[in-house]
Amino acid sequence: MAQSATRPLARARPREVDRPRVAGSSAATPYLFLAPFLVLFGVFVLGPSLYALWISLHEWNYLTGDQPWTGLANFTDLFEAGTASGRFFWQSMGATGKFVLFSVPPLVLVPLGVALVLNAKFPGRNFFRAVYFAPYVLGVAVVSLTWRFLLDPAIGLVNFYLTEWGIIDTPIAWTNSLPWAWVTLVLVTVWWTLGFNTVIYLAGLQDVSRDLVEAARVDGASRWQVFRHVTVPQLRNVFVFVITVTIIASANMFGQSYMITQGAPGDETRTAIMYIAQEGFQFKRMGNAAAMSVILGLFLAALGALNFAVFRGRGE
Amino acid sequence: MRAGALAGAGILLAGCAREPLAGDASVGDDAGGGTTYDGPPVSLSYWNGFTGGDGPIMLALVDKFNGAHPNIDVAMNLVRWEDYYQKVPAAVYSGAGPDVGIMHIDQLATYAALNVILPLDDVAAALGLAEDDFAPVVWEGGIYNGKRYGIPLDMHPLGFFYNKGVMKEAGLDPNKPPATAAEYEAALEQMKSKGIQGSWVSPFLFTGGLMFQSLVPQFGGSLYAADGSRATFDSDAGVEALSWLVGLVDKGYSPPNVGQDADNGAFMNGDNAFIWNGPWIIGLYASNPALEWGVTPLPRIGTERGAWGNSHNFVVMNQREPDPNRLQASKVFISWMSNHSIEWAEAGMVPARRQVRESRAFAKLAEQNQFAKEIDYMHLPPPVPGIPDAQEAVERAVNEAVLRIKSPRDALADGARIANDLLAENRASYGGG
Repeated sequence: MAQSATRPLARARPREVDRPRVAGSSAATPYLFLAPFLVLFGVFVLGPSLYALWISLHEWNYLTGDQPWTGLANFTDLFEAGTASGRFFWQSMGATGKFVLFSVPPLVLVPLGVALVLNAKFPGRNFFRAVYFAPYVLGVAVVSLTWRFLLDPAIGLVNFYLTEWGIIDTPIAWTNSLPWAWVTLVLVTVWWTLGFNTVIYLAGLQDVSRDLVEAARVDGASRWQVFRHVTVPQLRNVFVFVITVTIIASANMFGQSYMITQGAPGDETRTAIMYIAQEGFQFKRMGNAAAMSVILGLFLAALGALNFAVFRGRGE
Repeated sequence: MRAGALAGAGILLAGCAREPLAGDASVGDDAGGGTTYDGPPVSLSYWNGFTGGDGPIMLALVDKFNGAHPNIDVAMNLVRWEDYYQKVPAAVYSGAGPDVGIMHIDQLATYAALNVILPLDDVAAALGLAEDDFAPVVWEGGIYNGKRYGIPLDMHPLGFFYNKGVMKEAGLDPNKPPATAAEYEAALEQMKSKGIQGSWVSPFLFTGGLMFQSLVPQFGGSLYAADGSRATFDSDAGVEALSWLVGLVDKGYSPPNVGQDADNGAFMNGDNAFIWNGPWIIGLYASNPALEWGVTPLPRIGTERGAWGNSHNFVVMNQREPDPNRLQASKVFISWMSNHSIEWAEAGMVPARRQVRESRAFAKLAEQNQFAKEIDYMHLPPPVPGIPDAQEAVERAVNEAVLRIKSPRDALADGARIANDLLAENRASYGGG
């Protein structure tokens, strides 16, 4: 719309001179531009979310004739001690919480380091940028199955070489003991997705003002001081985005647990999404599953709000 | 804007609510039962989960059927078993399901109760299927509320595979696989002295969970009460069975924390000597020329013989818009398949019908005949709706005990408590069926 500034603003009311309008546009224009997205958002996000809220108030098996209204019973069951679904749900929420806690710091920090290195000028830079991004294009099944074989406790290559080189004496149960199952899930996820955050940081680094960096250098700032006091503050919005997106992605972790650990040992690594999918689609208790989704959604919304609040408080 | 979105969502909600599937059993009972079809040309869709070496064999059978029936064209569609029981009911509910499918026998009651599949008594009658042509567990397993819902195609009990190369390496006679608990443990002890861990115990359903489900009846127990009303796998027999299994790890006959499918991988690599596996694996072992192997019925570890088993059954899906021609053609297809089940036996499975098992053609299939010996003591969960949900609790208990998170007794007690809750919940939601 900025181009329209060159057009004569004959009909613009004086107060709106600084916000030019396209000739012939009306109050509906912005909404019409937003409409394609809003339609998709409404059909695939908002509508299903409201429908899930509706389902969560019923005992809902889509195959049976009646879906009895149960009010908030699906929710209160989850908070009542002693119910199996409540215990499993909170255990799975705990598993998701642990994964977020263990995976978000490396997923935010490692790509930052990689991006800083890849932002320097050196021969083969584009090649390495591609290499670090490459795993991200793989599907979760490919990544999970490959690593499951590599990390197999008894017949995997990783344990084979670790023992061969004398680094460990007894094989590590990477996929089905604690804490190793978590180590595996975090390492695999970092290896797989670090390219995405790296690209975001790289884009952000292009916007860091060279003038400010040079000015700081001239004033005698060390590399660390430049990074800490010039680069990082200018990446603030990038951080908000990366942290928010990473928290959501980690809280939605499903494929890696489903395929690498199968939730083992016991149900320790069964994440909330994994349990919700099982409860809803496998056992067809969709009312329960919808109630759990609502709670998970509220948790994520709260985390997102907290994230923005923290960064807003820091800035300005 | 907000009001508009809410109104839109309201329309969506209305659009999502569909009539439940018709439960009128008479739709499945129209004349004929499936010997001939003279109507206009129809094409049928047929879904199953034969994604392994069994897929091509089933596809060849379908092609043969199509060749012999100019007015019926069957198209086969593969869905992994892991997704099958989620996708098929949803597809049937939305009116986009297949005409014919395969279901495991322990799933039939659930989907019969939910009106996903139709009764097939007329097909059974037209085929002349009689109780004495089938193993009792398979015959009874296909009946729900007095009606037959599945036409059994095969049976697949768990068998005992042994790696002859590893046995020779340990100085054991590769033609004398152990048949009792004493022989089994003696063989393992000898292998251990040569540095071989001979019987890997997987903490997952394949194959540790299946071993446990075979061992429970061997120690005189059962997973559930006969009427499926409550879990009994936490009985002393269950504890003995699971303790024996975990003991294999404790005594060093199996590495701890075996990964998914690593037991099978190690068997094929020559690291593991014994594996309890199903006939579906025959094709994989046979395709590996370096692997010298044999298979026999499971060793008797407890006081009696016993083996986990399951059975693939043909089912006809309930349709939103019933078409008598397609229904009749579906029944012709199932009848023809049932009569050609000997050809399916090449996929490793044991034909469900006794007359096929006693045929000369079946006698030539050496491995399959070993599995056929187990038919009389093959165990299945009782045919009640929702039983697969409870099986999940059995799996978890085995996982927890084998990975040493809980003692066998505690793991089973916790599992049985969960299973009983689920069974009670299911009884309520399936109306006491």
